[in-house]
Amino acid sequence: MIELKNIHKSFGDLKVLKGIDLKVKNKEVLSVIGASGSGKSTMLYCINGLEPIQGGSISVDGVVVNDKATDLNKLRQKIGMVFQQWNSFPHLTALENVALAPRVVKGLSKNEAKEIAAKQLAHVGIGDKLDVYPSALSGGQQQRLAIARALAMEPKYMLFDEATSALDPELVGEVLDTMRMLASEGMTMIVVTHEMGFARDVSDRVAFFHEGRVEEIGPAKTVLSSPKSEYLQKFLAKVH
Amino acid sequence: MDYQFLWRPVFKALPELVDAAFLTMQVSIISMIIGLSIGLLLSFGRRSKYFIPRTLSTIWVELARNTPVLFQIFFFYWGLGEFGIFLSSYVAVVTALSFNTAGYMAETFRGGFNAISNTQLQASRSLGMSFLQTQRYIIIPQVLRVVYYPMTNQFIWVILMSSLGMLAGLRELTGETQYFNSRTFRTFEFFAATAVIYYIIAKLVMIAARLLGWKIFKGGKT
Ligand SMILES: Nc1ncnc2c1ncn2[C@@H]1O[C@H](COP(=O)(O)OP(=O)(O)OP(=O)(O)O)[C@@H](O)[C@H]1O
Ligand SMILES: [Mg+2]
Repeated sequence: MIELKNIHKSFGDLKVLKGIDLKVKNKEVLSVIGASGSGKSTMLYCINGLEPIQGGSISVDGVVVNDKATDLNKLRQKIGMVFQQWNSFPHLTALENVALAPRVVKGLSKNEAKEIAAKQLAHVGIGDKLDVYPSALSGGQQQRLAIARALAMEPKYMLFDEATSALDPELVGEVLDTMRMLASEGMTMIVVTHEMGFARDVSDRVAFFHEGRVEEIGPAKTVLSSPKSEYLQKFLAKVH
Repeated sequence: MDYQFLWRPVFKALPELVDAAFLTMQVSIISMIIGLSIGLLLSFGRRSKYFIPRTLSTIWVELARNTPVLFQIFFFYWGLGEFGIFLSSYVAVVTALSFNTAGYMAETFRGGFNAISNTQLQASRSLGMSFLQTQRYIIIPQVLRVVYYPMTNQFIWVILMSSLGMLAGLRELTGETQYFNSRTFRTFEFFAATAVIYYIIAKLVMIAARLLGWKIFKGGKT
C-alpha cells in the first residue's frame, strides 16, 4: 500500500503540494488528473524519493520514503516509473536497456538478466526489437521499452507520468493498450494522465488535483460523470 | 638557387629522430591522461554547489585557456624557481601540457554533461541504480561519445604543442631536429623531414581514433 499523509513540497518559495492525503491499495489503479502545474508529476517524484518533501510522510508498504535511514535504491526496485519523455538509454540496445538494472542492481548474471529482458520486451509487444537501438524505434515503441525496463525489476507498483502525452496521436493507443494490460494483470498503478477515456475505463478511482491539493477523489465513473467540485467541472468541460 | 639538397645527414640521424618522436608521443600521452583526469574533476568542480571548488576550477580553466602555452611551459620550467621548485624539462613540459589540457577538457566535459538530459538521470535512479552506477553505466558512456572527437583533436593539438618543449630544453622531436640542424646546417632537410614525421603521427592518430570510435560507438546515437 502507498500512503501519503499531509505532504507538503516546495521548490524554493513556490509551494507545489499543500497537504496531499492519498491511499492506494494493492491492485488498485488510481488515475490523477488536473491542470498543468497542479503538482501531479511532483507528487509522483516524491513517492519514489526522486524529490524530497518538506512536511508530512509517505510510506510504501510501511517503509517511510522520507526517512533519512531508508535505502531509497532498494525501495525504488519496488516502484517502477515511466516518464513523459521517452528516456530510453540511447547508447544501449533495447535488450541492454532492459537488462541493465536487473544485472547491476539485483546482481543477476548477464544471461539471467537478458532472459528477463527478452521476456518483458515480448510482453509489451516489441520482442522483435531486441538488438535495435532506441533511435530506430518509434515514440510508442520507446515508451513500451520504458515500460518493459521498469517491469524487469519486477516492481509491485508502477507510476506513470503522462506516458502518452508526448506521443503522436496515432501512437497513443499502443501505449495505452500496454498500460491496460498491466492493469488487468493486477498491477498497482498511479497514472497521471490527460486521457479521460483511460481514466474512466481502466482506473478504479480518479483523483483531481487543484493547486497542490486533492480537490476531489472517488470512484472513476462518479468523479468523471458527476463532478462535485466547480474546478473539476470546469476542467472536464475544457478537456472534453 | 645554388642550395644543394643533401639528405644523407637526415637519413643518418633518422634513428635519433624516431627516438625523439617516441619521446614526443610519451610526453603527449602522459599529459593527455593527466589532463583528462584533472579536466573531468574540474568539470565537476565547476558545477559544484560549494564556493571553493567552483572558484578554483574556474580560475584554472580561465588561466589555461587564456594564456599562451609557451608562457605556461616557461612558468613551470623557470617561474617556479622563485619558490625554490626546480622541475626538469620533462616534468615541466608534462605539467604545463597537462595544465593546459585539463583546462580545455574541463569545458568539453562540461558541455558533454550538459548535453545529457536530466531525465536520463531520473530514469536511471528510478530503477534503483545508485548515483555511481548511474554515472558509470548511463552518464559517462554518453558523455564520452559527445567528447570523443574534441578529445581526439586535443590529443593531436598536444602532440603539436609539445614541440614548444624544445624551448625549455626538452629534446623531443623538434628539439632533436634543432640539435642536428645546428650540427649539420642542413636546415631545410631536417625541418622538412620532421614536418613529415609530425604529419604522419597526426594522421595516424586521427585514423586510429576514427576506427576506434567507429568500433565503440557503432550502435545508437545520442
Ligand atoms: N524541479 C523544479 N524546480 C522548480 N520548480 C518546479 C520543478 N518541478 C516542477 N516545478 C514547478 O512546480 C509546479 C508543479 O509542477 P508539476 O510538474 O508537478 O505539475 P503537473 O501537474 O505535473 O503539470 P503538467 O500537467 O504540466 O505536467 C509548477 O509550477 C512547476 O513549474
Ligand atoms: Mg507533469
